[in-house]
Amino acid sequence: MKIEAHQLTKKYGATTALDQLDLEVPEAVGVLVLIGPSGGGKSTLLRLLGGLEVPDSGTIRLDGSLLPSTEGGLLMHRRSHGFLFQSFNLFPHLSALQNVMLPLTRVHGLGEGEARVAAEHQLERLGLAEHQGHHPAELSGGQQQRAALARALATKPGLLLLDEPTSALDPETSAEVLDVIAGLAEEGQQIVLSTHEMGFARAVGGEVAFLAGGRIAEQGSPEQIFENPAEPELQKFLARVLRY
Amino acid sequence: MLSTKHQVLPWVAGLILLGLFCSAFWIIVSYEYHWEKLDGYWPNLGRGWLLTVLVSVAALVLSVLFGALLTAAQIGPLRFAQWIARAIVEIVRGTPLLVQILIGYYVVADAVGVDHRFLVGVVVLAAFSGAYLSEIFRGGIESIPESQWSSARAIGLTTGQTYRHVVLPQAVRRVLPGTAGELANLIKNSSLLFVIGLHEFTLAAKEVNAITYATFEPYLPLAVGYLVLTLPISLLARHLEGRFRYTS
Repeated sequence: MKIEAHQLTKKYGATTALDQLDLEVPEAVGVLVLIGPSGGGKSTLLRLLGGLEVPDSGTIRLDGSLLPSTEGGLLMHRRSHGFLFQSFNLFPHLSALQNVMLPLTRVHGLGEGEARVAAEHQLERLGLAEHQGHHPAELSGGQQQRAALARALATKPGLLLLDEPTSALDPETSAEVLDVIAGLAEEGQQIVLSTHEMGFARAVGGEVAFLAGGRIAEQGSPEQIFENPAEPELQKFLARVLRY
Repeated sequence: MLSTKHQVLPWVAGLILLGLFCSAFWIIVSYEYHWEKLDGYWPNLGRGWLLTVLVSVAALVLSVLFGALLTAAQIGPLRFAQWIARAIVEIVRGTPLLVQILIGYYVVADAVGVDHRFLVGVVVLAAFSGAYLSEIFRGGIESIPESQWSSARAIGLTTGQTYRHVVLPQAVRRVLPGTAGELANLIKNSSLLFVIGLHEFTLAAKEVNAITYATFEPYLPLAVGYLVLTLPISLLARHLEGRFRYTS
């Protein structure tokens, strides 16, 4: 993946979420991990990359092409990438299978049978074959997040964007979801994710970016970021999160 | 101390209710009935009931359509439509139905040259209930959390598809109880159509009462006649709620 963000600014009312952020990720990087304090701009950057929102100013290029700013263009952009939310956001009135099938039939033009096969395959791959008929309320948090992952993956996304995918989960189910994500990364899925799991960031991150105050304060390989952090802010952040 | 208070209060309230219920029941059963007074008037009551059924069914269908239209106008992107819908809802909800029926028949219908009591009755009733229904529908749609919209956007659904596949199926269940209540109201509200001389159920009962001086004899069948119409709506709503239940 090649990401070039230039002078990105995004404000919500009086709050500046992103403040003239610049980011360059070379093509060779498969997984980009965003770390940093809450409110530092990780979610906003992901939402802009996913085309869920548009920046107030600045540009994003993915693999050289400019992210569209019209609603029609953004719709096409969203359809070609996958997004996962911290709180799963499955559709509660649909079963796990129906959740995965919905974008396939309604957005990607698959027939009912084709979509079912693809959805079942995806759910099985994520260990949810037995639960495909269950509604989200009948699934554990980890199962819900894996079902959401199956929904995002079924449409073969170019880029998979994960916004703190395990923040709403307990350590055990977190591990279950992180294993799946690590597996995807190994298979070559291009991923941008934000996380508070530093061990995981270090293990899977091809590149790690530290966001604070709406900017990239430091960026580099996992070794560089976790062993030789240069910025005092990052040093302080790591000292805090790695204390216990 | 607090816990005993909590245990006693419901009992007291229950006893009072039971007392009221028993006395009402006693009055009704100890009343000296003269059902023979209704002899010859049953066909009048029957025709009244039938007219009430017809007005209600027509107004019911129309009110749901009208309510949906007002909701769509209010949540849609057109500012002008929003204002118009908002104004209609506020005016209809803020004025007595009786006045609306009178104005609807003697002013509006007269101005456009329509002299059809049934038609005017149906339209006014539908507009009245439609205004309430639109607020129930709007509340249901707006209660669907923003995260569902985000999720729908993320998988690439258009706004229309999001309503169709994500928001409305969830909203339907939430609006069912309120809708059933409003539709039952509509049926009972149809009794006000007597002011434009529509010979519906309540007017028929009133006439029988005026002619025969019998009170409970025409009015008890009146109550039963309305219950026969409103109860199926409640039952249907309950049944549908069960069908749309997806959280265990």
